[in-house]
Amino acid sequence: MPPASSARASYSLKYTMELNDLYRDVILDHNRRPRNFGGLDPADASVEGFNPMCGDRLTVRLKLDDGKISDIRFEGQGCAISTASASLMTEAVKGCTRDEALRLFERVHQLLTDDAAPPGEELGKLAALSGVKEYPARVKCASLCWHTLASALRSTGPQTLPAVSTE
Amino acid sequence: MTNIALADRPLNFDVHALRRQFPVLARMVRGKPLAFLDNGASAQRPNAVIDAVDDYERHHHANIHRGVHTLSQEATALYETARDRLVEFINARSRHEIIFVRGTTEAINLVAQSYARPLLKPGDEILITHLEHHANIVPWQMVCEQTGANLVVAPIDSHGEVHEEAVVAGMSPRTRLFACAHVSNALGTVLPIRRLIAAAKARGITTLIDGAQAVPHMPVDMRELDCDFYAFSGHKMFGPTGVGVLYGREQLLERMPPWQGGGEMILAVTFAKTTYNSLPNKFEAGTPNISGGVGFGAAVDFLSRMDRDAAQRHEAALLEHATAALSRIPELRIVGTAGEKASLVSFTVAGVHPHDLGTILDEDGIAIRTGHHCAMPVMDFFKLPATARASFAFYNTFEEIDRLAAGVERARKLFA
Repeated sequence: MPPASSARASYSLKYTMELNDLYRDVILDHNRRPRNFGGLDPADASVEGFNPMCGDRLTVRLKLDDGKISDIRFEGQGCAISTASASLMTEAVKGCTRDEALRLFERVHQLLTDDAAPPGEELGKLAALSGVKEYPARVKCASLCWHTLASALRSTGPQTLPAVSTE
Repeated sequence: MTNIALADRPLNFDVHALRRQFPVLARMVRGKPLAFLDNGASAQRPNAVIDAVDDYERHHHANIHRGVHTLSQEATALYETARDRLVEFINARSRHEIIFVRGTTEAINLVAQSYARPLLKPGDEILITHLEHHANIVPWQMVCEQTGANLVVAPIDSHGEVHEEAVVAGMSPRTRLFACAHVSNALGTVLPIRRLIAAAKARGITTLIDGAQAVPHMPVDMRELDCDFYAFSGHKMFGPTGVGVLYGREQLLERMPPWQGGGEMILAVTFAKTTYNSLPNKFEAGTPNISGGVGFGAAVDFLSRMDRDAAQRHEAALLEHATAALSRIPELRIVGTAGEKASLVSFTVAGVHPHDLGTILDEDGIAIRTGHHCAMPVMDFFKLPATARASFAFYNTFEEIDRLAAGVERARKLFA
């Protein structure tokens, strides 16, 4: 066993890197200035997502034209991971078809939970979320908006569906 | 408890010697020494508790109250000795008044279902306060639904204080029971329970006190408080999880029907009729958490042996130090500023969500609680989704609080 002091130093280095990996500049930026934040009226789908564990709450609203997401906005309150994830998501799925967006959801879900899933090029800026998987308690923060989007896409009408919960 | 001058800090209180009795406090978390500031959620165990449980598991385990063999008698003696220690610890009148339960939550549910439910008529009222933990809200909502009774909530003020007048204003001729926390888990407020209990008693209202956050910090005396029920948990007072106490006034417990049926709670069973066992066994159906009870007894022993006055002064000094250190941080708001507080600080930092703060502090080896603290109505009152909460025990140090303040400042800068 190495002496305690050197073990301590290497752990410290490792975890500092992980924290920087979690709160990357892209995440901090999208938390400070969330894109596509606010209401959308009229919307073709509007779903509220709620994480009862931490109280995060957000609403995703979107418009569909010719089967494509022509506009998408979100609002609500949450931690930096939750806000940045929603902001990045709205940028990523605008212009996508429903199936493309749902496939991206699967891909992001993999990124958040599967150690063996390196971020691929198709993820673009969403790859910034890859640090979250080192923090299992925070995965739901990042996935809440995606579950909410999936629910919104699976509905088609303009009605507001029952809220989605991470529990 | 709060206004302790620095000069009054106990010089004879050797926190480092005390810490050595809690093995987990020596561990590293993420490469840093652990600073465990989440004692309000669950406190750590001293060697005395760990060893008592270990000794029980290795040498004495058998089912209790059932066997004539040696191990069963030893296990019974150990478990029942824990009950005796609790009688002394809270100055109850007899062992009939100490019901072992899983924890505070089960204790309150027991009173709701066994005491309140048979008594309540439609239109009757149960009075609680706005700062209760969900465990002291939901059981009453359930029994109100079952009986047609109404739940009445006494307000708090912007400091998170409960005023006697506000509680009295909530009492009516239909109030059957008043239930409140001794200490608020989300805010740290110490409630004026002596006066509240006296006010309820003067109106013939039964009282239940949720003491989960009080018993670890201050001596409680059932004969002095004169409440009807008092509930607390072993794991918040340095004992194991899964065991707690419902204290009940014997005359009330005698009249209450059993809550759960099964073994242990009976004297005789035929298919025509069952004769219930006497107190406290009437409320203890089934094989209990024996090792938990043994560890609970050891925790009570540990607390009884220490200088609790000195521990309390140390905790008050920690609170004063934390309040001052955190108040110096720009954009930080302390939530819960009652005149009398237990050693706990709930706070928010503008621009930093409590969950991000919790993750960043964990990186520094600092454990705090973040979220709604199972007190959503308190969060709604302050219009907050969540807070960060640092809750101290007598084994915490000023240095740990300085690390907390530095970590909070670091997080604030990261998100600025």
